[in-house]
Parts: sequence; C-alpha cells; structure tokens
Amino acid sequence: MDKFVYLFEALTLVNLTLAFVGVLLGIMIGALPGLSATMAVAVLVPFTFAMDPASGLIALGAIYTGAIYGGSYSAILVNTPGTPSAIATTFDGFPMAKRGDGALAITLATLASVIGGLVGVLMLMFLAPPLAGVALAFGPPEYFWLAVFGLTLISALSVGNLIKGLMGACLGLLLSMVGVAVVGADVRFTMGSQTLLGGINIVAGLIGLYCIPVLIDLVATRDPHLRVETEAKGYRLREAWGILWAEKFNTVRSSLIGTVVGILPGAGGSVASLVSYSEARRTSKRRAHYGTGEPGGIIATESANNATVGGGFIPTLVLGIPGTPPDAIILGALLVQGIRTGPTLFTEQAPIVYTFIFGLLIGTILMLPIGLIVGRYAYRSIIAIPKAALVPTIAFMTVIGSFAIHNNIHDVAVMLGLGGIGWLLNRAGFAPSPIVLGLVLGQIAEQGFVQSYLIGNAQGNIWAMFFGRPISLAIAGFAALTLFYPLVAGAIGARRARRSQADLTAEARDGGS
Amino acid sequence: MRSMFATAGALALAGVFAAGAAVAQDDYPSKPVNYIIPFAAGGESDVAARLQQPVFEQLTGQQLVVQYLEGAGGAQAWSQLNGMTGDGYTVMGTNLPHIILQPMAQDVGYETDGLTNVYFFQYTPDAIVVPADSQFQTLEDLVTFAEANPGMVTFSGSGTYSANEVAKTKFDDLAGVTTTYIPFGGTTPAITAVLGDQVMAGFSYTTAAITQGDALRVLAVASEERVPSLPDVPTFRELGYDMTGGAYRGVGVPESTPEEIRQSLSDVLGEVNQDPDYVQKMEDGGFVLINVPYDEMDAFMEERRAQYQDVATKMGIASN
Repeated sequence: MDKFVYLFEALTLVNLTLAFVGVLLGIMIGALPGLSATMAVAVLVPFTFAMDPASGLIALGAIYTGAIYGGSYSAILVNTPGTPSAIATTFDGFPMAKRGDGALAITLATLASVIGGLVGVLMLMFLAPPLAGVALAFGPPEYFWLAVFGLTLISALSVGNLIKGLMGACLGLLLSMVGVAVVGADVRFTMGSQTLLGGINIVAGLIGLYCIPVLIDLVATRDPHLRVETEAKGYRLREAWGILWAEKFNTVRSSLIGTVVGILPGAGGSVASLVSYSEARRTSKRRAHYGTGEPGGIIATESANNATVGGGFIPTLVLGIPGTPPDAIILGALLVQGIRTGPTLFTEQAPIVYTFIFGLLIGTILMLPIGLIVGRYAYRSIIAIPKAALVPTIAFMTVIGSFAIHNNIHDVAVMLGLGGIGWLLNRAGFAPSPIVLGLVLGQIAEQGFVQSYLIGNAQGNIWAMFFGRPISLAIAGFAALTLFYPLVAGAIGARRARRSQADLTAEARDGGS
Repeated sequence: MRSMFATAGALALAGVFAAGAAVAQDDYPSKPVNYIIPFAAGGESDVAARLQQPVFEQLTGQQLVVQYLEGAGGAQAWSQLNGMTGDGYTVMGTNLPHIILQPMAQDVGYETDGLTNVYFFQYTPDAIVVPADSQFQTLEDLVTFAEANPGMVTFSGSGTYSANEVAKTKFDDLAGVTTTYIPFGGTTPAITAVLGDQVMAGFSYTTAAITQGDALRVLAVASEERVPSLPDVPTFRELGYDMTGGAYRGVGVPESTPEEIRQSLSDVLGEVNQDPDYVQKMEDGGFVLINVPYDEMDAFMEERRAQYQDVATKMGIASN
C-alpha cells in the first residue's frame, strides 16, 4: 500500500513529540469538567499556524482524542462527566469506583478508548470516501428518530421507577427548550432574563446535575468518597483484558456505532455513547447489572466515544462538513493553512492527509501507556486526598470549569442552580441521568421534528416524512425494541413459565391416569 | 478565565509549539486582544477571524485570541458586550442583518444603536445553491417550478431572522413566488441538507458554495459583480432580480471604550484588510472585502437599516 510511505513522515521526532504532548494535555483538559475538547483545540489553533500543516493537524488531533478519553476519569472517579461524551460512563463507572474497583474501571476505559479510537482511525484511513455518504443520508427525520432512540434509554435507566425517570426526562426536555429557538426564533422560558437567552449550556448542566449532589453528599455523610477494598492491586491489566475479551462483540459493535454516529454532523460523542450503551445493555445477558457497576457499560461508552474522533474526521475531510465541534475548528485551521477539503483532498493533498491520519493513529496508541500511568495517578490522588481537601478542590473546579465554558459568570449561576435542584430531586428519588438525557437530546429531537414537519408540509405528505424513509424506520424500530424489550421479554418468559407449568400439570395428570 | 487559560496555555506551550513572539512597540495594542466570535467555531465568522488572526499578530506583535460565545443566533454575546471592559482588549464580531433584525423582532437584551461597531470588513453575498444532480439547471428553472407549485420549493438556510431568511423573503417578493424556508442550526447543517437532497435548494453564501465545489450548483449570487472564485455564476441583477446583499461582518467594542482606541482599532483592522496574502485567501474563500472604518460607520448602518426595514415588514417582524 502506497499509503504506508506516509507512516514514516508521521514518525519524525517532532510529530511524535507533538502527539505525545497533545495526548497528555488532552487527557488533562478532558478530565476537568468544563474544559472541553472544543476549547482545547480552539486555544491551540494559533500555535499550529507556525507549523507545517500535517504536524499542526497531528497536534490538534492528539489533543482532541486525549480529551475525549480524559473525560472518563472524572466520570468514573467523581461521577461527573469531564466532557458530554462521557455521560454514559458515569452509569457504571462511578458505581465500580465506589465499590473499590476504580483502578479496574479506569484500565477498562483506557483499553476500550484505545480500541475504539483505532477502529475509528482505521475506518478513516481505508473507508472514508464511501462512509462520508452516511453524513448526507441523515436528514431531519433521521435525527429526530435517533434522538428518540437515545431517549428510550431512560426506560432502561430507571428500572423500578419508570414514572420518576419519565418525569426527569420531561424536565430535561423543558430545560433544553430554554432560550431562543433555532427554528422560529421564539424566546422561551427565559423568565425575562437575558442570561438564559442562549439556553442552558449542556456542560454547565452536566457539572451541576452530576457533581454538586455528589459534593453535598460527601459533606453530609461520614463515608469515604470511594471505598478502597485492598491496597495496591496495580492496574489490574490482566483482569481488564479478560473482561474485554469476554466483551469482544460489545467492543467491536460499540466502536462501529461510535464511528457511524461520529460521521453524523448533528450528533456526537454523547449520542454515540448513549446509543452503544443502550445496545450493549439490550443484548447483554447481564442486563440487570447494567447501571450498578457493570464493566460492559464502560467498554461500550468509552469505545464508542473515542471512535467518534476518527468517524468525525470522515465528513470533515471528505465533504468539508465537520462531524463534531472540534472538527469544525480544525476545518477552519485547514482553510487558514490554505488546504481545501473535499473529495479531491485524498488525492491532491495525500501527503498531508495520510501523515495526519497516521499521526492520529500513533496518538491513539500512545494513549495506552500515557492513559494507564496518568489514570493510576488520578485514581491514587482521589483516594489519597482526605475528604476535607477533596471537596473544596472539586467544588473549586466545578466553578472554574463552568466559568471557562464561555468565560462567563452566567454559566456558573446555571450550574449552581441546577446543582441545587438536582440535589433536591435526588433526595426525592429522581436520578440525574434522565434529566441530562432530556437536556442533551431535546434540541436534536425538536429541530429534527420541526424541520421534518415543515418539509413534509411543503411536499404535502407529513406522514411519509416520519414513517416513509428506510433509515428512519430502522432507527424507530430499534427504539421500539429497546423500549418494549423488557415488557416483551417479560411476557415471553411468563408465558414459557406458564406453559412449562401447564406441561407439568398435564404430565402429572397423564402419568396419573 | 478563558484569557488566563489561554495565556497560561500559551506560556506553557510556547516552548513545544515554537510560536514566534514579537515584542510590541505601540501603546495600543500592548497585550493580547480577545476577539469574541458570537457563533460556534467553523462558520464564516470564525473562518474570517482566523484569517485576520495571523495578519493582526504580524502587524501589531500582539496575539488576537479568538474565543466563541455562541447562543441565541449571536444575541447571547451581543447582549453582554456593553458589560465587558472597554479598554480595547475585548472586541467582538458583529454581524448584519442580525444586529438590526433581532432587536426589531423582540427583546433580545440589546439595541442596534447600543452596539459600537468600529469596522465592517467583509460580506458574503447570498447565493442560491442546489445539489449537482438537481432538476434546476438555472434560476429560471427554479422560478418556473415554484410558480407551478406554490410552497413546494424548500430552501434550507441558517436560522430564523437571518441573512438567509432575509434573502429568501426578498427573492420570493421579487420573483413573485411562494417558497418554504426551513431553518437549520447554522450554515453547515443547512448546506448538508442540500447535499443530502433533504431540501430542494438552499439559501447560503458564496463561501459555502466554493467550499463544496462540484457537489453543488450555484444558480445565482447577490453581489454587485460576479465573484472572482465563481466566474461562471450570474448575479441576481444579471438575471433581472434587483437583489444584492448578504451577511456583513464587522468588529464592535463595549460602549465604554475610549474614542482614540476605537479609532486605533479601526486603523489596524483597515491595515489587515490590505494585506495581499490575506486578500487573496479571503477572495479564494468567496468573501467580498469591504472597508467601512469607524468614521463612516453611522452612514453605513443607516443605509443598511433602511434596506432591512422593508424586508422585516414582509417577514412580519416590523410594523414599519
């Protein structure tokens, strides 16, 4: 393959150093809630002007992939997703850390992230032009159904308390509508306040709803933050590999879901990890354990969200349509460098593109050793720091993180307000995840619905817009399956039980006669 | 915090990323300037700012730190502009028709006259784009189809009360047709919808049309003369529709900014607009450069406002 010539271009000392520093920096930025991959990439773009284009891209790509992975640390250790991509990692990551399996959870997240990242990059390298079409095949109705699919996860997340889960989701959907509507420009639920015009920032919502209740509980109870079962078990790497091997189908499926969702410009790491989590849970034999510290959950979310990195670059490089917000910034940097993206990019600018892809590949592989070491350090610090120091430190970071979103005090106020509400709701038995799902998916669902309706109305066939398109129908089918699977499975199980009961009775009767 | 973060990041990374740092001689700017873009990264405002960035740094020896404060179609940022420190080190991108139409439609936390614009440096002419395999070969085809099927032609565009919706409203009026406008969350999703055949056509800008190359056909552009990067595309005027305009982009400052700093900033931005390499890149990208310095601002804004008043009435957001 002539592509591999560029592997050596990517292997220069400068590029390796950039990939190393980029991944390390990205992990640290991603681990801090509020400091996002988008922000990290935006701040560093000016530095890349001085570099040659491929090196600059490698630095940006390494930071991006590191940040998406780094988000898992805070999700696992303090129940606060460091980036929206890591929302679903809290579901099983934090329960694992709480029962003393934090080191294992981090090692699993690292391995899954590296594998997911590699799958995404390899798809980018070998299948980019054909896969880019996926970005165009998704129109408003498909996004609507995809968001609905994501929302069905609520029924799974709130087992035994469906009503409270649905109420939480409705609250989240309402929160997602605050501000000026994209379609129609109506000002909604701002209560006359200009600070709410731009809506509730998702990252501020995440920090508030997840982190503040944890902090309050830490202060209110005598329990240590995380239980430490046994001292110095190390990375538990062998154990993690074993689990990963047992979950190999889950890993591959989640990586593929991550790549495909990453290609979609209207969805990102958060949707990818939610969808793959939902699928992993539905198909797992250990379904009932999901949400209580099941390793399969972490594997699904972390392999999916890192696969979106490679996936997101597919439409960015092939069509000039950024797959994710950090891609949008990188696309801008490319334009400034004088590189035009588009179908000819892979032929005309092959040296730059393939050097970049190999650089991303190297960065993803470097994430394994760097991640294991940094992750271990992060875990040790979290369990070693006494609560009296840990709580103020995290509290400080929540303020810094939400302020940094827009360099603005309003997001801090939103974060604290939602934190207070989240804590009260937690006490009343409402989990934060359904609210967050509503907040994250509400906008996608609403825009998809209104645009579909407008287009359908113009063509005089609204029903066909929602129910007459193959991809839409398939996603809607999966959504229905996820929603009703527990009921159907339950009904089938009950029927089987009844039948075997009946058989037994019949047998007994026959035998008796 | 963001600027602190940026500065700290800059210091920490200077060694690794080998960024050239020049020493400033003038009194303004004597430290990095924060340049707030009221939209998400990757859009036209961002790309233009990123092209200004290196030239600004070359001319002044100071960094131009691009930040994003997106939300509410820009209103989130503009409603906060006057509350920021007016020392010339916090400047913000301003866009037309946004800052005229938004306050006209409803209370968005700022008034058009309350914003202090110091320079308008470019605009992106409106353009009608269709997929490469569309049945519409010319604008004539589209108008004929729209006349026969009122409301059936769907135009994607970026947001409500935006330059795209203004252009669509104006075009409907001039051509005497009824079409349907579908707002999307930005130029990129709007163009994606055109490429994916989700809508029949799109109202966008020359910039987006150029980025997509052969995948899109541009039916007409709303510039005075043909755009250099799209030499084969007729202007609306050539086709008999008196329509010129687009989205204008400038730079504003908090109202507390002293007069001399407003003037200095206007001068620097004027110089940036003359840089040959920058001019070339902007034109290649489909931007049309304009030069409206601080002392000509009032007249320019008055003229644009008169233009938009009429369309706003047709869109139902101004009572005239």
